[in-house]
Amino acid sequence: MDSDGAGQTPVQPVATGLPDLTFGQRLLLNLRAARARAYVRVVATGRELTWLAFEVALPVLAAAAYVYIYEALGAPASYTGFVLLGGAMTAYWMNVLWSMATQFYWEKQSGILEAYFLSPASPVAVMLGMAAGGVFMSTARAASTLTVGSLLFGVRYEVTSVPLAILAFLLTLTALYCLGMLCSSLFLLYGREAWHMAAALQEPIYLASGFYFPVKALGYWAALAASALPLTLGLDAMRQLMFAAADVGFLPVTWELSALGAMTVVYFWLAVRSLAAMEHMAKREGG
Amino acid sequence: MSARLSIDVQHVSREFVTKKGQTFWALRDASLQVMEGELFGLLGPNGAGKSTLIKILCTLLLPTSGLARVAGFDVVREADRVRRVINMVSGGEHSGFGILTVRESLWLFSQFHGLPSKVALNRIDELLEVVGLAEHAHTRVNRLSTGMRQKMNFVRGLLNDPKVLFLDEPTLGLDVETSRVLRAYVKCWVREKPGRTILLTTHYMAEADELCDRLAIIEGGRILAVDTPANLKRTLQDEVVLRTEVCPALPEPQRLGRLPGVLRLVPEPAANGHQVITWALKDDGAIGTVIQALQQNGVRILRLEKADPTLEDLFMRMVGRRLTDG
Repeated sequence: MDSDGAGQTPVQPVATGLPDLTFGQRLLLNLRAARARAYVRVVATGRELTWLAFEVALPVLAAAAYVYIYEALGAPASYTGFVLLGGAMTAYWMNVLWSMATQFYWEKQSGILEAYFLSPASPVAVMLGMAAGGVFMSTARAASTLTVGSLLFGVRYEVTSVPLAILAFLLTLTALYCLGMLCSSLFLLYGREAWHMAAALQEPIYLASGFYFPVKALGYWAALAASALPLTLGLDAMRQLMFAAADVGFLPVTWELSALGAMTVVYFWLAVRSLAAMEHMAKREGG
Repeated sequence: MSARLSIDVQHVSREFVTKKGQTFWALRDASLQVMEGELFGLLGPNGAGKSTLIKILCTLLLPTSGLARVAGFDVVREADRVRRVINMVSGGEHSGFGILTVRESLWLFSQFHGLPSKVALNRIDELLEVVGLAEHAHTRVNRLSTGMRQKMNFVRGLLNDPKVLFLDEPTLGLDVETSRVLRAYVKCWVREKPGRTILLTTHYMAEADELCDRLAIIEGGRILAVDTPANLKRTLQDEVVLRTEVCPALPEPQRLGRLPGVLRLVPEPAANGHQVITWALKDDGAIGTVIQALQQNGVRILRLEKADPTLEDLFMRMVGRRLTDG
């Protein structure tokens, strides 16, 4: 039998003449990949409207409980806004936890991850697309919660600086989603345990990040430790800026914004490194 | 004129470590060459190492040792280039995001290969027509049947017009009609444009026989033979293949393997308690011996036919068990 199958015909390797992609071509490829991955979430937001019931009504209900407690205790009116803002931001935390951190594991199980790695697009672009789509999806939920809650509880906003409030919101999201990207690749390590890990993280973060109360109440050291989570400082900064409540703020807003900027850079760098390490490990060990 | 290599595998081995710390070799010193324009098959039972080899060639897995090139590019050092010229379709794979329609889902995957949307959508429409899925272009993926999903996966694999297409058990679990449509298209696709190559893994010998220009028989991580299906079967021409259907089933049919002139036999249960036995005999002279032995064992011969050797028979001869035994 012909062991190499080439017979007597001279064999030469294929010269495909495949030029390197230029920076521009690579950028375009990855932008297309990111847009495509974001598209799924954008479409899902309009196509499955069940979220309106579960992800708007439930956070408003959860916030309502705290609103009534604060009212009963005679807390300042701004506390109603604190609670509602925290309730709205749960949409992002839930999205990061369940649709970013555990997403790659789910996509691995369903064979989609393999399709990403088979393509020339960078997995980082896919993750960025996932994050962009997640921000869109969660913003629809958060904005709905905030609007419904504001009307229901008559929240009064006292914005001290609109640009800084917007910056605080954006930096919170970039840092948070970079943390989500990092968790996404790390959770691949845990396999099925990723779900348990996500479930275990959900409630403690509500407490540590002060979703329903100013984080200063935790005490300096506990609040400082919780500041590794972008939502802790982000929420605190937004509360200070949207309700003129510098007195209940944990740190000065400028410090908090700087820390969020630093977290964005560090978490993004770690996410890129960890994704590359995970890909290499998957190729080395299989599975 | 010289043939051009599309896939070049040289002494590739791959070791895995189980969770219990035990090691096993999924591939051992595998070497094969596939020419440009070929539809090449890897035929072997489950666990033979077919998917491991495909994953190495698709840059999804690193080889423990050896060298592999696809379209002239090293799968380890030039993985980025390899990914620009390949695609893969696996049998039984999930089909992406259920909430998207077929057309949206395919567009999404096309974007990972950097196709401009207009080009991608035109290609998607053409390919959906070809595989008979055009009328479901706007159906959500989670509402498709298994066969339709696999047709969609096929289209996904062709979107970037790969130079080398890997098909890993592409018709696994599909109905006869869908399998027929996909096989027919595979044959057509590879011939349609010069320079295309397909590496197909299967454990369906009929599929390998029907589709492949050449094939490799793989078992236990080792490549046992490489040749055209016709040449491989020709190696059995010094044997006579006989199939018998008997009733009732013989309790210990392997005893008859010791009869003079009988080289091997494979018993299989059949409907209504019958039994089909495939015999490899030294020559025609042994047919009488077989008939006599069956009668002496008190079974009724319902059917007896001299058959052409199949790849299954070849696999039996090489490995000592059936391809489908797993």
